[in-house]
Amino acid sequence: MSGPYRPSMPAAWYLRTQPYRVFMLRELTSVFIAGYLVFLIVLLVRLGQGYEQYAAMMESLRSPLAVIAHGLALAAAVFHSITWFNLTPQVMPIRIGEEQVPGAVVAIGAGYLPWLIVSGVILWGVMR
Amino acid sequence: MPDETITLEVFRYRPDEAPAEPAFDSYEVPYHEHWVVLDGLNWIKDNADGTLSFRWSCRMGVCGSCGVMINGEPKLSCASFLKEYYPKAVRVEPLAYFPVDRDLVINLEGFLAKLRSVKPWIIRDDVDSTDDGEYRQSPAQLAAYKQHSMCINCLLCYSACPVVGNEPDFIGPAALALAQRYNLDSRDQGNAERQPALGSQDGVWDCTFVGECTEVCPKNVDPAGAIQRAKVSSMLNWYKKMLLPWGQR
Repeated sequence: MSGPYRPSMPAAWYLRTQPYRVFMLRELTSVFIAGYLVFLIVLLVRLGQGYEQYAAMMESLRSPLAVIAHGLALAAAVFHSITWFNLTPQVMPIRIGEEQVPGAVVAIGAGYLPWLIVSGVILWGVMR
Repeated sequence: MPDETITLEVFRYRPDEAPAEPAFDSYEVPYHEHWVVLDGLNWIKDNADGTLSFRWSCRMGVCGSCGVMINGEPKLSCASFLKEYYPKAVRVEPLAYFPVDRDLVINLEGFLAKLRSVKPWIIRDDVDSTDDGEYRQSPAQLAAYKQHSMCINCLLCYSACPVVGNEPDFIGPAALALAQRYNLDSRDQGNAERQPALGSQDGVWDCTFVGECTEVCPKNVDPAGAIQRAKVSSMLNWYKKMLLPWGQR
């Protein structure tokens, strides 16, 4: 008599269902976030080397490839932020006595509203 | 027997027959609008093939015995109506990521050991005499953990979780949610005793928050939420221990 049957995990398990695919996409967006942080550090180093180097790097960012890369990073960052903000109510449910504060209030209060304010301040700083 | 039938493709594994290879057997089952998949399985057992093995008991989503994969999704077979799938065939498999003892019957040994490891019961430093009466709890204190206490151990959450499939030692959604349920209970003092299992390599930190455990839970237990909250308290405990001068290392 044989023992229990032990099914093996398919190598491409993350392609099997829609929720797994969305999860994997969310995880992959962090690669873009990390990539953008590396880019910012390089930009700071260039700035430290002097105005010439900084201006040259800013000029190189006008290339179509750089614009496409920035567009991709922005899309990834927006997807990353939205998916995590939507999960916030699950991680920190707020309870007042016996009543649970609605998830949407938590997501807006802890995520979307601060996001909007910080983005607004940065936009104001850049456009000024 | 009604004119209409529906095809059930059922996973078969017979360890006592050679070769013991898993296969699918197809059965034409009478189609009734009010029948659930479990009714179909019972019809097969009574009328077509008495050797088919599967677990069930209450038929009303309370006992948690009848979980199976239905067309690839973990579901209670007593709560999945045939009309949701008719006229297409319904594929019934044992719950994913578990060893299969026979047909649709999964092996629960691993899960039961994991469940014991998180000590899902009330732990007290000081046990009062029963003469002193019960440990009283306010409605707000009850509400703090009640949702996580509704678990029926049906294990649908384990079959929804790819971490369970990839990391066989992961304690898993239901057991971790139950640990958190007792940690949130105002009568309990066992937080520190559960911490070694919760904070271990196979505990809450294995969870990558796919969130599918919560989606498939028939009792709205929200294991994913419970685990993330356990991560937060596990982290705060660590900081308290390491950074505060009166913390005990």
